[in-house]
Amino acid sequence: MSRIGVFTCHCGENIGATVDCAKVSEMCQHIPGVVHSVDYKYMCSDPGQRMMQEAIKEHSLDGVVVAACSPRMHEPTFRRAVSNAGVNPYMCEMANLREHCSWVHEKSEATTQKAADLIRVLVEKVKHNTPLFPIKVPVTKTAMVVGGGVAGIQVALDIANGGHKVILVEKSPSIGGHMSQLSETFPTLDCSQCILTPRMVEAAQHPNITLMTYSEVEKVDGFIGNFKVTVRKKARKLDEKLCTGCGLCIQKCPNKKISDEFNEGLGTRTAIYVPFPQAVPNKPVIDTLNCTFYKTGKCKVCEKVCPTNAIRFEQEDELVTLDIGAIVLATGFKLMKTEAFPEYGYGKHKDIIDGMQFERLASASGPTAGVMKRPSDGKEPETVVFIACSGSRDRSKGVPYCSKVCCMYTAKHAMLYKHKVHSGKAYVFYMDIRASGKDYDEFVRRAIEEDDVKYIRGRVSKIYEEDGKLIVKGADTLMGGEQVEIKADMVVLATAVQSNDRSEELAQTLHVSYDTYGFFAEAHPKLRPVETNTGGIFLAGACQAPRDIPESVAQASAAAAKVLGLFSQDQLTREPIVAVVNRQAGPTFSYCVGCFLCQTACPYQAIEQEHITARNGDVIKTIARINPGLCQGCGTCVATCRTKAIDLQGFSNEQLYAEIMTL
Amino acid sequence: MSSGSHHPNLETLAGRIEAGTGVKLAHCYQCGKCAAGCPVGDEMDLPPCQVFRLLQLGFPELDEKVLRSEGIWLCLACETCSSRCPQEVEIPKVMDFIRGEALKRGIAHPKSKDILSFHRAFLDSIEYTGRLYEVGLVADYKMRSRHLLKDVMLAPKMYLKGKLGLFPHLIKNRSGMKTLFKRTVGKG
Repeated sequence: MSRIGVFTCHCGENIGATVDCAKVSEMCQHIPGVVHSVDYKYMCSDPGQRMMQEAIKEHSLDGVVVAACSPRMHEPTFRRAVSNAGVNPYMCEMANLREHCSWVHEKSEATTQKAADLIRVLVEKVKHNTPLFPIKVPVTKTAMVVGGGVAGIQVALDIANGGHKVILVEKSPSIGGHMSQLSETFPTLDCSQCILTPRMVEAAQHPNITLMTYSEVEKVDGFIGNFKVTVRKKARKLDEKLCTGCGLCIQKCPNKKISDEFNEGLGTRTAIYVPFPQAVPNKPVIDTLNCTFYKTGKCKVCEKVCPTNAIRFEQEDELVTLDIGAIVLATGFKLMKTEAFPEYGYGKHKDIIDGMQFERLASASGPTAGVMKRPSDGKEPETVVFIACSGSRDRSKGVPYCSKVCCMYTAKHAMLYKHKVHSGKAYVFYMDIRASGKDYDEFVRRAIEEDDVKYIRGRVSKIYEEDGKLIVKGADTLMGGEQVEIKADMVVLATAVQSNDRSEELAQTLHVSYDTYGFFAEAHPKLRPVETNTGGIFLAGACQAPRDIPESVAQASAAAAKVLGLFSQDQLTREPIVAVVNRQAGPTFSYCVGCFLCQTACPYQAIEQEHITARNGDVIKTIARINPGLCQGCGTCVATCRTKAIDLQGFSNEQLYAEIMTL
Repeated sequence: MSSGSHHPNLETLAGRIEAGTGVKLAHCYQCGKCAAGCPVGDEMDLPPCQVFRLLQLGFPELDEKVLRSEGIWLCLACETCSSRCPQEVEIPKVMDFIRGEALKRGIAHPKSKDILSFHRAFLDSIEYTGRLYEVGLVADYKMRSRHLLKDVMLAPKMYLKGKLGLFPHLIKNRSGMKTLFKRTVGKG
């Protein structure tokens, strides 16, 4: 027979003014199993808790019901108090007399009766409670950062400076990301490379950071603190340890006409290449699709000239499996291509370029060394039209959202153009100017007021070529929709920011959620912006939504703080409110019949298969097993299970039926 | 390092406006507060913000549209707009400048004749009496505009209410006023 104590709290006037607490307390004394029942003004206060602990000892209580406020408010308080008195904390339950009764009813006999009923229900539950113990999960204190752009570099540096090992995985041959392609950055116009490259070097030289460039995440198993990540190290076709980065192979490579990805197709590179001179690591890779040797079986010039014999034509991809405690995704974004715009010429016209291409044109390290030359004939463009919202806020292009960075970088582009071509004319077609950031609006006004950039509110309907000019047909909605036609020499489309290629595939590999547009989903849009719904996996930068550099860096440091918080403990302690699959003696072994409907229902990928084997190793039965490290206690599997083989600890079927049956 | 911002380009109307009035058209961000508060805004074919928008782009055909408009002549220079403008643009100054420009080019709106007659009559009154002399102003305006009988019926009532003094109130130093006019007129 249970020995349960009931402690009714007045919560000052909150409960006491509506519910007759003394009467409730008296009524509870008659519930079978209750051996002690008292009421008190503030049960959560120090004297209240002491009173409870003394009663537990005096009456040898084995279960406690505290009738007070919401368990969200004080369950940890009372469970701690109970635990200090020597009773398992999970033997303490709270009846919510405040939110569920006194706050929502008038003072009456019925209200008091309801309060007593709420307590009765929980007394029945406590009778079926079993002591539970927190789950301990070990933590591997190594983080993996996926993506080596400015966000990824920042996360890696912050975690590394916090004293933990970081593996920085980047799919391209160098870290640096999109930021390394930018010319100058808004709103200060400082040179992008000048501020980024020192960070890249710092990351490469940091004793706690291991760079894995030209590598991709292939597979992720495990759970928070205990991931097993398989990374594919793509073959660079050279021995990185031997290569000194002298660049002789690049100079001598006969295949020089390959479209250069780093320069967005505006320049050329060789088949053995480093993406850009400041690349980290400064070791080339062989582009096997374009290399003459891989196409014809002859050439090997690079091998001949290499002074350290580092070239390895036979090198294969390598799969590496790593033990990782936390993963930060910082995989960035891609820009919509100009091909997506039939009305702007399907990207066929060389002088209609996208924002990133303009960055390369304006960059001192770009294909024109920063001199304004249009791609088609290398002439200096006298009139340039910039079109903001190209594809963004455009349902028909599948991008209803705002790409966030284009207003600012378009103002910057127009400004850079005017600084380089003083006599030039710059027009910006825009829908709204979204410049909410420190010094952002001032920056846009500077472009308009000081640099004489003409802003026209309206979308461009069509661009076509006539007599060597690009005819841009727009309208000025601030002049009542009056048509505006500009004869331009070059047009820059601020195309939409989209989720990176294969981001959905990566999300599925890591079991994190993503939105309709392929951006990774945060756990809560306001309160948990850098966490995902999967424990131990965090987000930084534009892989979550369009972001500019300051935001990406801030988010990166936030994600690093989350990882450092996780790594500050040797073991993770988790609430034991997790689902368990029923087990019993053979020949049944479990009610579970192995249908694995639960596995498909589980939103946290916490359910795996378990083989029950005979002594000789034969599989007798395959049943579900729930990984307590991953289970979040949502109970979906319990509802799905056809054979009622799964129970949620602390909320078992038995406990819930007992609660209902007493009413 | 801004391109040519400190030296207005005198080949464009916008540049001449900046040189002549100190007002940079680019400062206007088209919020419309000027048009919203203008006491004659309803009467204007182009409200003040539209005047600015058309001039901002620097297209000659749009400049001409503004110069030919009636609205610029209706502006009373009451300065309600400029006192409320969030960007501190002195709109009446620009209105005045472009009225002059319209006259120079000979493309001012036909209605400008009457308005100009009124301005001239007003200045005549100041020049000769040193003050506003209503009866003289009315007579002068009617002679100039040839609207001889328009609103004549209002005169008796205004006289009875003491609003029309028959004789001008002269200031003491009228020759000073004359000198002032001599020195300024035609130098604008």
